[in-house]
Amino acid sequence: MQHANKAAAFIENETKTDWHNTSIWRARQKRDLAAHGIPEWEQLRELASQVKDNVLSHLDKYLLQFEEAATKNGVHVHWAATAEDHNRIVLEILRQNNLSKVVKSKSMLTEECHLNPFLEANGVEVIDTDLGERIIQLRNEPPSHIVAPAIHLKKEEIGELFHEKLGTKKGATDPNYLTEAARQHLRSAFMESHAGLTGVNFAVAETGGVVIVTNEGNSDMGVHLNKVQIHCMGIEKIIPRAQDLGIFVRLLARSAIGQAISIFTSHYHRPKAGGEMHYVIVDNGRSEHLGREDFRNGLKCIRCGACMNTCPVYRRSGGHSYGYTIPGPIGSILTPGRDLKQYSDLPFASTLCGSCSDVCPVKIDIHDQLYKWRQIIAEEGHLNQSKRWSMRIAAKVLSNPKAYRFFGKLARWGLRIMPRAIVYNPWNEWGKEREMPQAPKQSFKDWYQQNHPSS
Amino acid sequence: MSKDRILSNIRTNKPGSRPLPDIPDFVYPVPDLHAAFSQLAEANASRCITLTSPDEIKDFMQVQFPEAQQIASTYNGFTGNVDLSKIEDPSELKQVDVAIIPGQIGVAENAAIWVTEEACVHRVLPVITQHLILILSKNQLVGNLHEAYRKVKIDGTGYGVFIAGPSKTADIEQSLVIGAQGARSLTIIFIDPS
Repeated sequence: MQHANKAAAFIENETKTDWHNTSIWRARQKRDLAAHGIPEWEQLRELASQVKDNVLSHLDKYLLQFEEAATKNGVHVHWAATAEDHNRIVLEILRQNNLSKVVKSKSMLTEECHLNPFLEANGVEVIDTDLGERIIQLRNEPPSHIVAPAIHLKKEEIGELFHEKLGTKKGATDPNYLTEAARQHLRSAFMESHAGLTGVNFAVAETGGVVIVTNEGNSDMGVHLNKVQIHCMGIEKIIPRAQDLGIFVRLLARSAIGQAISIFTSHYHRPKAGGEMHYVIVDNGRSEHLGREDFRNGLKCIRCGACMNTCPVYRRSGGHSYGYTIPGPIGSILTPGRDLKQYSDLPFASTLCGSCSDVCPVKIDIHDQLYKWRQIIAEEGHLNQSKRWSMRIAAKVLSNPKAYRFFGKLARWGLRIMPRAIVYNPWNEWGKEREMPQAPKQSFKDWYQQNHPSS
Repeated sequence: MSKDRILSNIRTNKPGSRPLPDIPDFVYPVPDLHAAFSQLAEANASRCITLTSPDEIKDFMQVQFPEAQQIASTYNGFTGNVDLSKIEDPSELKQVDVAIIPGQIGVAENAAIWVTEEACVHRVLPVITQHLILILSKNQLVGNLHEAYRKVKIDGTGYGVFIAGPSKTADIEQSLVIGAQGARSLTIIFIDPS
């Protein structure tokens, strides 16, 4: 019940919940406008899905091809089976170069591996340079959205934070003013840092290069101003050909925020003169997920966040309620594979409306997978008590016509005559924040028999 | 060790072979590429102007950037006052007010321009400068990104980037702010003899 409880806490502030809901819905609306502007949009989604099918079925071959091409380009390639391996490799690269200050651009993978606390514990200072990520880093919080990490915060909260941490004027909330303060703060961090670390949007097998998109330009600032650059990527980031970028780059920013393309789409292939370039290729459970036939499509994800923006549950419960780096519908189908028990409530944090699957640029069958995880969670005995018992009783009643008619009659009668205090008892989950339906006097079956006596 | 473990896991778990699809020639539906490009560029908060000769850049600079102290140009039609070949540490470029760099290809569907490492001299130049000017000619425009990727050899340069506007962010309450970490403005100058 972790998600439900955290969501309940989130919606206590009704005004803020409404604001969160509408402000994220705006991103979905912009996505629609952008998508409708491309006649071949649906064809692009299909192609993207097919390319990713091909990638998953030849992932070993493509990774080796990528490594070979990258090595030829003068890039050092490292392999990390686990999050711990990943963190250790990054630290070793820094130690070998005597570096203790890192600027980082947005990377959900390093969040997943908890790289920041690990590096900090080992004496390395890490500065997140995406504005949203810097905000939540200063607040000591995880991101609440994969594209807009600080989407849960009001400008007043950010103004207060910047006043305390960056010395902006007390009470200042103008986004232009606050962004300018962050610009000055981050620009000096770029100048003083020793290494630039980034995530990866796409890794091209045929050329051995990585592609990173940002709107702020922070990835390029961090990478180019430092001798050592490190790019951390999950094994599923591979695409086969440079030509495939046409498909994915066209889909990514449009799906994310309705933008035709991100401001910077950077292609890194070789180290700068006198520089050093590293890739850390991370598995951390992905190759295992590849073996789950019903769920492997989740590995096609390009992290656009469209499924979050469209999700009625995400918009009204906030990213932190999910308790995982990747929240929302896509997170809810990836997490049960990591720990079925710990995340057993996430596939239920959905109405199964299917909107997530409709907007997904790589056509992941998200809502089908949510449904399938529910079956597994029930079979493995991870349902909570109230769900387990209500399902058990429902199964008995719904499979027995006599019992169904009897309980139907009882419920209609009960809802009409019982006082509110009894109907809306603490065990009636449905009656929380909702009115029960008005009970008709007779069932449809009774009505039908009465009006069509001959049939 | 990790590598062998990862690859052997993948081999055990991967699905049966699926074909790699061919990418069709998606044709960009708008015939006037320059008009489409300019419209998209404005939507991205860039500015587009057309000059008939590189000689006009000097006047343009005097009008638009009269207070610019440091101008770094890698475009051979205009000489700046920053000698990029003398710069060893790229962070020295933080003083640059305006950088003028030739673009290679412009994409009409999203107003992005392909810029290579060779054109930048220092990779950081187009982001670290306060204001960026990219030079293009109308005959360097293509319709969509597929065409652009057919023309560009992404590994032909150690670093290449599509730049589609000034640096921006919407991380504070989704309010659009221009001038996040990179250049505060982008001007695209088309040099086309009329």
